[in-house]
Amino acid sequence: MKKLLKSLMVAAVAFAITGCGGSGESKANKPVTMSGSTSMEKMMTAMNEAYYNETNNEATAEYTGSGAGIEAVLAGSVNIGNASRALKDEEKAKGAVENIVAIDGIAIVVDKANGVENLTKEQLAKIYTGEVTNWSELGGENQNIVVIGREAGSGTRGAFEEILKVENNCKYAQEIDSTGAVMAKVASIPGAIGYVSLDVVDDTVKALKIEGVVGNEENIKAGTYALQRPFVMVTKGEISEQDQSVQDYFKFVQSDKGQEIIKSVGLITVD
Amino acid sequence: MNKVLSIMINSKTKSRVEKTAEWIFKICALFALIAVVMMTGYMIYSGTPALLKVGIKEILFSNVWNPSAANPQYGILNIIFTSIVGSAGAILIGVPIGVLTAVYLSEVASSQMAKIVKPAVELLAGIPSVVYGLIGILLINPVMYKLELFFFKNDPTHQFTGGCNLLSAIIILAIMILPTVINISESAIRSVPKHLKSGSLALGGSQIQTIFKVILPAAKTGILSAIVLGVGRAIGEAMAIVLVSGNSVNLPLPFNSVRFLTTAIVSEMSYATGTHRQVLFTIGLVLFIFIMIINIILTKIIKSGDDQHA
Repeated sequence: MKKLLKSLMVAAVAFAITGCGGSGESKANKPVTMSGSTSMEKMMTAMNEAYYNETNNEATAEYTGSGAGIEAVLAGSVNIGNASRALKDEEKAKGAVENIVAIDGIAIVVDKANGVENLTKEQLAKIYTGEVTNWSELGGENQNIVVIGREAGSGTRGAFEEILKVENNCKYAQEIDSTGAVMAKVASIPGAIGYVSLDVVDDTVKALKIEGVVGNEENIKAGTYALQRPFVMVTKGEISEQDQSVQDYFKFVQSDKGQEIIKSVGLITVD
Repeated sequence: MNKVLSIMINSKTKSRVEKTAEWIFKICALFALIAVVMMTGYMIYSGTPALLKVGIKEILFSNVWNPSAANPQYGILNIIFTSIVGSAGAILIGVPIGVLTAVYLSEVASSQMAKIVKPAVELLAGIPSVVYGLIGILLINPVMYKLELFFFKNDPTHQFTGGCNLLSAIIILAIMILPTVINISESAIRSVPKHLKSGSLALGGSQIQTIFKVILPAAKTGILSAIVLGVGRAIGEAMAIVLVSGNSVNLPLPFNSVRFLTTAIVSEMSYATGTHRQVLFTIGLVLFIFIMIINIILTKIIKSGDDQHA
């Protein structure tokens, strides 16, 4: 009995040693550090986890907000700054390079019986701030607008309010805590309007054109659809000037696996 | 090795078995105690940092809830009001129906009728709360939307909610507390001593007079417990009302979209970070204190009832 135990232990130790040796052979990269946009948390968490599983290299992200992320990368305290908006000119002047890795698109949905086909950004902002309360003011029937949105903290809500510049001014009639529930409510309440990620729109609701442009992948890539924002991974200087570890990370993001992850979290990939 | 552990062998094994059994019972009883102590400790531990950081006044006595703003505000006064008004409304509707059902079941109904109603009440108690919510979405919200369109047709200041409002939540809560109120009131009524009823009837009181003048006053303690337990159930419910109440932070007016203490936690927990998350724990602490108060009141009522009978 004791002998058997002993031999088992020897085997276990031997396995542990060879196991260590195995991972030691592939050179371990320095961990890639990044900080920035809270909206990108879902994507970065998935990406960094897959990166670790695939290459055994670590990448860690903090979520401090887009502006703080860009500042941090320019100050050199992190390798990558995550921003969920396009860079400003003064940021580019300081050496920030805009590497757009994905695009976030938002669809505006109404119930199917609604006669309105198109809204401008301004009309949309007025609906959500409570200035416009009836569809007749927008060319529809005399029907009240039921304003449906997501709960505070939701990335979709953050993006929507940021793009329309109505942050914390919105007067929601209903704050729903999931995309699916928003879809269900909009489908069942006459006169309802809601926003959801572009990839979940189905035929239970009607997606509106924004400024006359249909929200689809093609128009988003062309940049003509208004309700979109880029997810940018900012580097100080071009990618080719970065450490090997950072270059490896970007290679992974651009690989098929990385692109798959971007799609899996409901985003649109950039060619 | 083959010794059989039996109390028949000698007194030594007997006492050992007794001791072991006692310890097992003790450990089982400790589980509940440990759970309560741990939860109380944890709620205070995780609920107080935000109170200190944001300020008690800014959380408990402000009605602006805007956690994701650049200058976030965490006032939960409207949310507290909503929970109080919502539970009170549910009690106003649910208790009369519940108590009268209990009277009917114990005093008036034929045994055949009781055989139908009683299982129905028990079934009502067993339905998962999320199902109540779904029923609310399908049946109550559309009716409420029609009423809303009717009442506020020419009112430009009213925000239309599509029927997800305080009234819908109150109706759902009133139905949900029915089984609690009915069951406890019924057993209270049944435990009223028979001689009181016989005395009243013998003195020429009618059945209805006997019920309202003799039986219900005598069962007062039990009925009060039923009401308090109903409040506890109503104030702690989340799943059913998150689906029907609209979930925006507003004053608890009947046709406003409202948020309760419970639904405030449920709806924002998934993405909340930092102080926002801590404030959600504070809301949990407030809810916890509410439930504690309700329990203390309940204990007082039951104790006063015991004193009366003694």
